[in-house]
Amino acid sequence: MESQPARSPLEEVERSGLGLGLVLWLFTLVGGAGAVYARWAWTPESVTREGVLIQRLFDVILVILLIAFLLVHGLLGYFVIRYRNRGDRPAAYFPHHTGLELTYTVIPALVLVALSAVGMALWTRIHTPPQGDAFLVEVRAEQFAWSARYPGPDGRLGRVDNRVPRPFNVDPQDPAGRDDVTSPEIYFVVNRPNRVLLRTRDVQHSFWVPAFRLKKDMVPGTTTELWFTPTRTGEFDLACAELCGVGHYIMAGKVRVVTQEEFDRWMRQQAGR
Amino acid sequence: MAAATEVHAHAQVHRESFWTRYVFSQDHKVIGLQYLLTSLFMALVGGALAMLFRTQLAWPQSGLLSADQYLAAISMHGTIMIFFVLTPALLGGFANFLVPLKIGARDMAFPFVNMLSYWVFALSIVPLLASFFVPGGPLNAGWTAYPPLSALPQAAPGSGLGQDLWLVSIAIFCVSSLLGSLNYITTILVLRTRGMSLMRMPLTVWGIFVAAVLALLTFPVLMAAGILLLFDRLAGTSFFVPAGLVVGGQAIQHTGGNPLLWQHLFWFFGHPEVYIVILPPMGIASDVMANFARKPIFGYPAMVASMLAIGILSFLVWGHHMFVSGMHPLLGTGFALTTLLIGVPSAVKTFNWLVTLWRGRLYYSTAMLFAIGFVSLFVAGGLTGIHLGNAPVDIPLHDTYYVVGHFHLVMGTAAVFGIFAGIYFWFPKMFGRLMDERLGRIHFWLTLLGVYGAFFPMYYLGMAGMHRRIYDYRAFPYLAHLQPLQVFITLSAFLIFLGGLVLAYNMLRSIAAGPRADQNPWRGTTLEWSTDSPPPHHNWPGDIPEVYRGPYEYSVPGAPQDYLPQWEPAPAPARTAGH
Repeated sequence: MESQPARSPLEEVERSGLGLGLVLWLFTLVGGAGAVYARWAWTPESVTREGVLIQRLFDVILVILLIAFLLVHGLLGYFVIRYRNRGDRPAAYFPHHTGLELTYTVIPALVLVALSAVGMALWTRIHTPPQGDAFLVEVRAEQFAWSARYPGPDGRLGRVDNRVPRPFNVDPQDPAGRDDVTSPEIYFVVNRPNRVLLRTRDVQHSFWVPAFRLKKDMVPGTTTELWFTPTRTGEFDLACAELCGVGHYIMAGKVRVVTQEEFDRWMRQQAGR
Repeated sequence: MAAATEVHAHAQVHRESFWTRYVFSQDHKVIGLQYLLTSLFMALVGGALAMLFRTQLAWPQSGLLSADQYLAAISMHGTIMIFFVLTPALLGGFANFLVPLKIGARDMAFPFVNMLSYWVFALSIVPLLASFFVPGGPLNAGWTAYPPLSALPQAAPGSGLGQDLWLVSIAIFCVSSLLGSLNYITTILVLRTRGMSLMRMPLTVWGIFVAAVLALLTFPVLMAAGILLLFDRLAGTSFFVPAGLVVGGQAIQHTGGNPLLWQHLFWFFGHPEVYIVILPPMGIASDVMANFARKPIFGYPAMVASMLAIGILSFLVWGHHMFVSGMHPLLGTGFALTTLLIGVPSAVKTFNWLVTLWRGRLYYSTAMLFAIGFVSLFVAGGLTGIHLGNAPVDIPLHDTYYVVGHFHLVMGTAAVFGIFAGIYFWFPKMFGRLMDERLGRIHFWLTLLGVYGAFFPMYYLGMAGMHRRIYDYRAFPYLAHLQPLQVFITLSAFLIFLGGLVLAYNMLRSIAAGPRADQNPWRGTTLEWSTDSPPPHHNWPGDIPEVYRGPYEYSVPGAPQDYLPQWEPAPAPARTAGH
């Protein structure tokens, strides 16, 4: 005969949920506190107008998420501790409650749609070309370096053909390119809309300045664009955020946000060379 | 009955050789175990790769891996975990083993196709693992294999033969997945036993069903994309490579392609794929929680509806992977809305699980511990989707460790917890023996603490701005000072791997010498518990049972015991839930 155990192994499993409940609570408190600490201590200060707005929305959502995180884990830990099998009562038979289910369908839906509306407004604002005269610069990535090009007095960038063996591959046939200034140094001008054209010479890269809170892919075969208004001068770290090959990790660069006067002085030096 | 089983098993031995019984078997249970064990083996490979690159990241000065080996390791880790662990363990292992048993069928609708799907899957592993041994090594382009990096051999060492082998492997895998999905869908639709209406199906079957539909509709897209990329690489076409590129000083001859096309095709598959691997674990966690809380799943119709809603919405969100790709900004707003909407059914499911535990009678078996852990991880990972799905907020977070933490928690490890819960829960049905609960608890605690410690701090790295897939972060001053956190993450990851070894030991030991299990060790209600453990070929020694009620009738007031199995015709007490 097959041996039928007299008792179900169900009766022999762990009875106490105290350890798990406490760990769930501890995880929530430590994890949540860590998130607040990381936001406060490790997140770089936002130095563009757009970045400040993005960071503000991030912070608002972070608060909502932390509340939801604490709520769910608080309940989960409590139920795990409280409703262990004590052997003195059966489980409740409670398969439905329309009111309860509607409540926790409608509240998350309202919150999510509201957040989505706020996000859409900000998204649209970030992607709307700036009013008035913007500072124009082109940033180009290649395996595994950055470079920049600035229009000369004509305010226009000349055509580029990657196969032309000249600095930045500027096409000599295009008159607009004759006064272009190319440099490994990337400058932006403070307190003014900056319009950045982003290009790649080879594979995909991504322009990522953590302090700007902005990132945009550089897609082979096309030019992408980014607009922002820096609010502080200084030197900020630049990274390539899209895997671009073996040297992806060494595509560390700097961008410099300067005043208009400083930039003009630098440009005159370049032109004078 | 025991004698009958004996005779039945005896007959099998005579009818089938070792080869047709265990190797080229058409029995869904054997095929399910083949899938599951192959996936668990691949999990060890993918996990070992993670141990390597995590060690490199914690101590970058060690130079354990070179930069291209590092990229090969992360790319293969992602590929293996998604395609060769999560997908086949769930839509392969559990789907095969459980679907016929749970709906009351003698086997899958197409047993031969079923066998074929496993062996095509096994075949797809060959080129993948072979790529470790070719010049240049495995692909370097990440599991997402964005061209032109993946299209041009000049672009990276792994973009040579290793990339070709990867594409061949994935294309073969897609075929296997299609054969499997077609089978699960057909079986669920046409082979349910008498009384097993759709709304009486256990949620595991619902999860598998929706996942199979997603797989059927999206894997062909990935397969097409993969073959087009192979053409670009081998036949000189230009689907994904534009004109005018110069790579490593060398002018590229391609003209007219668009790399964004790959991203659209890949993520049209890729986003439903994350639901393919999370919907079945949602079902498994529900089954396990109801069983060990001795309570009906709260809001069963809402659970089914939210699975369907997630399934449909999952086709409309792929663009959130491309918020910073330069696609038209208007598309961004649409994809942000659909992405946030998918949070609603996810929230409903979470609260339904919570209420299922409320006033239950909880038994903390290892399966239950993992199911509760699943809920915790799903929440800890899912919530940050609200950050990432909100298009402007995604801009600074995109391609950072914030994303890595998010998907490892909500989709990666949550799915793994579902798989572990399923293994401990159904092991007695699979092998007729119980697993060791003490070793199970050790496995659970190692894994839970390891997962929390490894993946939650990745959010902090993401907030600090750490971008993905970098071999060494010391060139970035804002990241270099976080090395102690990297060490903490790596040590936590070691715990997860150690837990995996405990699981492997526990399984092997229990297969050989675990205590015998009876038909229904956990006092469950669904049909798989109505037959022998393990079930004979064709599943029930006698007639297929008929179904009389929903799948979660636990602790029904007035019932003689705290569970009313689906197959018991005993007159139900006055209150029958929901039907």
